[in-house]
Amino acid sequence: MLKTEAVDVERIRRDFPILKRTVHGKRLVYLDNAATTQKPQAVIDSLVDYYSRYNSNVHRSVHTLGEEATAAYEGARGKVTRFVGARANETVFVRGTTEATNLVRFAWGEKQVKKGDLLLATRMEHHSNIVPWQLLAKSKGATLKFVGITPDGNLDMEELDRLLGESPKLLAFTHCSNVLGTINDVANVSRKAHKAGATTVVDGAQSVPHFPVDLSALDVDFYAFSGHKMLGPTGIGALIGRKALLEDMDPYEGGGEMIREVFDDHSTWNDVPYKFEAGTVNIADAIGLGAAVDYLTSIGMDKVREHEIRLLDYARETLSKVKGLHVYGPEDSKERSGLIAFNYADVHPHDLATILDEEGIAIRSGHHCAQPLMRCLNVSATSRASFHVYNSYDDIDALKQGIMKAGAIFKV
Amino acid sequence: MSSADIYRELILDYYRNPRNFGKLEKFDISAHDTNPLCGDEIEMQIRVGENSKIEEIKFSGRGCAISQASASMLTELAKGKPLEWVKLVAKEDVFKMLGDPELGPSRVKCALLGMKVLKTGVYGYLGAHYEDPEPGT
Ligand SMILES: Cc1ncc(COP(=O)(O)O)c(C=O)c1O
Repeated sequence: MLKTEAVDVERIRRDFPILKRTVHGKRLVYLDNAATTQKPQAVIDSLVDYYSRYNSNVHRSVHTLGEEATAAYEGARGKVTRFVGARANETVFVRGTTEATNLVRFAWGEKQVKKGDLLLATRMEHHSNIVPWQLLAKSKGATLKFVGITPDGNLDMEELDRLLGESPKLLAFTHCSNVLGTINDVANVSRKAHKAGATTVVDGAQSVPHFPVDLSALDVDFYAFSGHKMLGPTGIGALIGRKALLEDMDPYEGGGEMIREVFDDHSTWNDVPYKFEAGTVNIADAIGLGAAVDYLTSIGMDKVREHEIRLLDYARETLSKVKGLHVYGPEDSKERSGLIAFNYADVHPHDLATILDEEGIAIRSGHHCAQPLMRCLNVSATSRASFHVYNSYDDIDALKQGIMKAGAIFKV
Repeated sequence: MSSADIYRELILDYYRNPRNFGKLEKFDISAHDTNPLCGDEIEMQIRVGENSKIEEIKFSGRGCAISQASASMLTELAKGKPLEWVKLVAKEDVFKMLGDPELGPSRVKCALLGMKVLKTGVYGYLGAHYEDPEPGT
């Protein structure tokens, strides 16, 4: 197996038990990392360890198990916070990116957005950073408008400036597109938005897992990401919010833990971030996310990024030899993340995915929860191969072989 | 069974040269649906003739080879048949029509989208309601 120099792939692969399995008798070639990543043994062990050694509810029990569980849960919060350069008490544990944007929609939006207000999203958003704002606009009588993209797959900065001129309340945009791979200049866009008086909600689902993110340098109001896309468990993610905003917001869900005092006719709220964590939280998976952060940190996010750039370069070169294959998104690998969305002749992505599956290769096919973007690209679906640190040049060679096989079956 | 068997000549032919593709100027029945998983899209239009027969039928849409071929083949089967025939069509008939390919659960949805649209339209016209036995993704 060829090394990419940035990391020792062979050694890393040994940390991921699932990579030993076969699919249809073939070696598993997992290239669907933008949908969800595989989990290293250390993450799996952290879940087993919690359930078999110190399973207990957090924050309310004074017994030993309760203290240990609370320490581990809050320890995980600290790890996640430092990992993205956030400040203490700004990290809210949520189910994932989708719950994070919905939390902002309810807890911030219900209070701040008024009839006639303008909300902005971009055409490269995942549905999770569009639909909540559509719902908010509808319930408030506000308007939702979209910033378009340029033919090379970047945000249309002229349109952004023009729409910011209409004094929007909100700008929702992604750090990194899950289809085009485009990495947006978050600091710059957010600064522009702030100048226009808008609050920013940034989708970090495809950035935090793949390259170093330092929120202290990005000047955003809300930032969301999902644990399961960064080697952690499903069902856990984070919303990072500016403390002053979080404090000013109403609660998201009501129940236990999020209150300070409850009376017959009213209640007072717990401090941030607990105000937004009603009920028994997802303790095990938060701890698992902490373990994932430890694992990524031990490799180094700069190394993960370097590895993915090399894979991307290699994939682009390899796939450029396939006639009839069209890749979407920016040209320069340094301006995009480690994923490639493409179409191959008239082979529909679903048919391609079925043929590749038979070779043990997992890719994503479809609209990638980004239908407005699909419309921009004038396609109904694309195929997408997305990488993480355990992928190798061999995986890309296998992908090319699989595509060639599809070409033979479809007589391309 | 391998994908070479799924994508046999017949399916590829219907995918690339769909029969009864297009829209009818005058129609009595029209139905449309998408497959939320992949965005496959099928619309069917039917003109009803004497004795409640399917006089004309056309489909349009876009999607994978399986969904498009299946819809196209179904329109060929349906043409000239009484509307009541549509009630008798079962998924096994569709699979047989496609050459009994071995499809995973997600691809079965693609294969059955045409039938779902056809049934939805015709049941509605007959004053009945077609309940998809496996709704959603
Ligand atoms: C860019 C982007 N945003 C948001 C999401 C939604 O994440 P989740 O389903 O974990 O809430 C995804 C992944 O599906 C994504 O790729």
